[in-house]
Amino acid sequence: MIGIINTVETIDAVPHNSAARRSLYAARVKIHPKRGAGYFRNLKWLVMAVTLGIYYITPWLRWDRGAYAPDQAVLVDLAHRRFYFFFIEIWPQEFYYVAGLLIMAGIGLFLVTSTVGRAWCGYTCPQTVWTDLFLVVERWVEGDRNARIKLDAAPWSLRKLWKRIVKNILWLFIAVGTGGAWIFYFADAPTLAHQFFTFQAPVVAYATVALLTATTFVFAGYLREQVCTYMCPWPRIQAAMLDEDSLVVTYNDWRGEPRSRHQKKAEVAGEKVGDCVDCNACVAVCPAGIDIRDGQQLECITCALCIDACGSVMEKVGKPRGLISYSTLRTYDAHKAGRPAVIGWRSFLRPRTFIYSVAWLAIGLVMLFALLQRDRLDITVLNDRNPLFVQLSDGSIRNGFTIKILNMEQQPRSFILSLDGMPGALMTMTGVDKEPARDLNIDVEADKLRAVKVYVTVAPQSISSEQTPFTFKVAEKSTGDGQETRNHPTIFHSPAKEKTP
Amino acid sequence: MALRKKDEISGTETTGHEWDGITELDTPMPRWWLWTYYACIAFALGYVIAYPAWPLVRGATPGLLGYSSRVELLKEVDTAHAAQSAQLDKVKALSLEDIRKDADLLQFAVAGGRAAFRINCSQCHGSGAAGGKGYPNLNDDDWLWGGTLDQIHTTVQHGVRYIADPETRQSPMPAFGADAILNPEQIDDVADYVLKLSGQASDPDAPLRGATVYAENCAACHGDAGEGKQEFGGPRLTDAITLYVSDKASIVAQINKPRQGVMPAWSSRLDEATIKQLAVYVHSLGGGEMPVP
Repeated sequence: MIGIINTVETIDAVPHNSAARRSLYAARVKIHPKRGAGYFRNLKWLVMAVTLGIYYITPWLRWDRGAYAPDQAVLVDLAHRRFYFFFIEIWPQEFYYVAGLLIMAGIGLFLVTSTVGRAWCGYTCPQTVWTDLFLVVERWVEGDRNARIKLDAAPWSLRKLWKRIVKNILWLFIAVGTGGAWIFYFADAPTLAHQFFTFQAPVVAYATVALLTATTFVFAGYLREQVCTYMCPWPRIQAAMLDEDSLVVTYNDWRGEPRSRHQKKAEVAGEKVGDCVDCNACVAVCPAGIDIRDGQQLECITCALCIDACGSVMEKVGKPRGLISYSTLRTYDAHKAGRPAVIGWRSFLRPRTFIYSVAWLAIGLVMLFALLQRDRLDITVLNDRNPLFVQLSDGSIRNGFTIKILNMEQQPRSFILSLDGMPGALMTMTGVDKEPARDLNIDVEADKLRAVKVYVTVAPQSISSEQTPFTFKVAEKSTGDGQETRNHPTIFHSPAKEKTP
Repeated sequence: MALRKKDEISGTETTGHEWDGITELDTPMPRWWLWTYYACIAFALGYVIAYPAWPLVRGATPGLLGYSSRVELLKEVDTAHAAQSAQLDKVKALSLEDIRKDADLLQFAVAGGRAAFRINCSQCHGSGAAGGKGYPNLNDDDWLWGGTLDQIHTTVQHGVRYIADPETRQSPMPAFGADAILNPEQIDDVADYVLKLSGQASDPDAPLRGATVYAENCAACHGDAGEGKQEFGGPRLTDAITLYVSDKASIVAQINKPRQGVMPAWSSRLDEATIKQLAVYVHSLGGGEMPVP
């Protein structure tokens, strides 16, 4: 029997899928970032103040556009299909300017990422900024890292409940403020503010505020780094944009390892020790809950708080700062190989960043040029197709056209619409009692489109083919320097001529 | 089942599958993801209870909120009607000429007229009002019953040869051939004369004979020179536009036994505001005439 057993091969298998061994889901482990201090923390405070300032103040800026347009500097007027940005006004058909801006933002992101890494994530992303803001509140109410860990572990008590309530109420205030500020970009801010607090604002305003309040509250208060790690596609995309010359937050293990908590003892014992004292300060401040000493990780938003934390510890133990630093893969490799290396201008100016910069600048300049050159008068012509033409009792042929004249200036203007080409043709306009003529006066209100129905009639002798090209011209009445003119070539349709044998 | 292995670098388990040396990490999902999934299920259950959901033999379960897309539509239609009421009242109150002179109201009436035209009139006159054989083209400047706003309005109100309406437009042309009022030679001659009236080539002698026949039988309605008489609905014979005829044979056929179209009276079917808008719309199509002062 024993022999038989001995012939059976014993497989080294572990039932990994047994319920006791693994879970399909990973519960979030709450992170308690310690308050940071130092250069990058100050930079982040500054960025936070500037970005939040821009966000909250912008809708309240005024910009005088005269009597015919709103005086809000930045306004997305969805109801009237206009977008105002200081001196620029954009009509819906000019939306390509916005598309251009988005392309610039995309290329700008490539540029920033390839040079300074995930700076967007670490400094300016709303998720980062608002999480920072919420953390300020959390620290103010519940204390710093250790106090918070203690409070979390403590059983429920009146004190704990009170702190939780205060914290959440303060968060809610910030969240409402965040959602509330957003709606002012879409309507006249003072008017809407008054309507909002007197419960006269449109339902959509309240719904938008409620939605943004909820997302701000949940994302910045409770989901935090989960948003960056699991929801946001950016870390994946940005990771692909990095190369060996991009600045990333790096633990210089060539200097730090082997780490030791008992440096002096180890040195005395003749062991080789690195600079890292394994104090875990870098881990304690990390809002993403990672250990930068494990190397580049997807979760790292490069907020650089660990650089500050490590730097102050290094100063304390009398060693140079920069054990954790912004570094590039190239310099890191050089150091590791024992070669001296510094990050010079070459790591910023290289073909890749040059191409991004040129593309970014080119799009910007083209857009700026187009913006300065763009017309504030436009004409579109729609030929009647049903019927294509009408034969009149005297044999002449008539075509109908719907002509739209767009006065994109902030003042009413008078235009002359005239026929160019097709001699003998005359036109009339619906609603205007005037003898048929080759030009018509058309007044258009400020910042408005006017559609007119125009009939063009011509004697059959004057045209030779079924399709006669001609042009509608629209010209501003004033003959000054700024006189705008637009042409619209079109076709006059007529019945097939009977073939003469 | 493949053995589960741990990835050395990340410390995460792999699925055990390998493609060209690349193994897939089996990263556990965040648990809040699971909760959002449960939340979606809870929402779906609530939705099914609150809104129409389960298909039954007739219709579906109504849902606690009593929501119905039809009711929503009716509400929206009511809102639209309410929004138009001020303009519709103006259309009712003002004269046709005054409507035409008010740029905004003109635009409103033309749009309303166009919509009503598509529903009620396009079956005969075509969606572009270009008509067809036997159905007048309303875009041109040739009017059987007159092309001023008031004349068009009357035609729409009372129709043409619509016997149910005592005020309808009437213009019965006798069947000159079928009822033996004229003999075939006379008809042939007068057809040649009509061809000549509209400037087309014809037999050189026949029109001379036809002229007498025309003066005795046709001039009363079509005018001495074929210029037509709108008060009788007598079509003009001198222009380039014809309703039924294109050549001599069709002219002969029309004199023999005329075809005559019928248009219903709309005053009994449409409200006055709609009829007024129709008149303004047809008038705006390009052939509208001004009343002779």
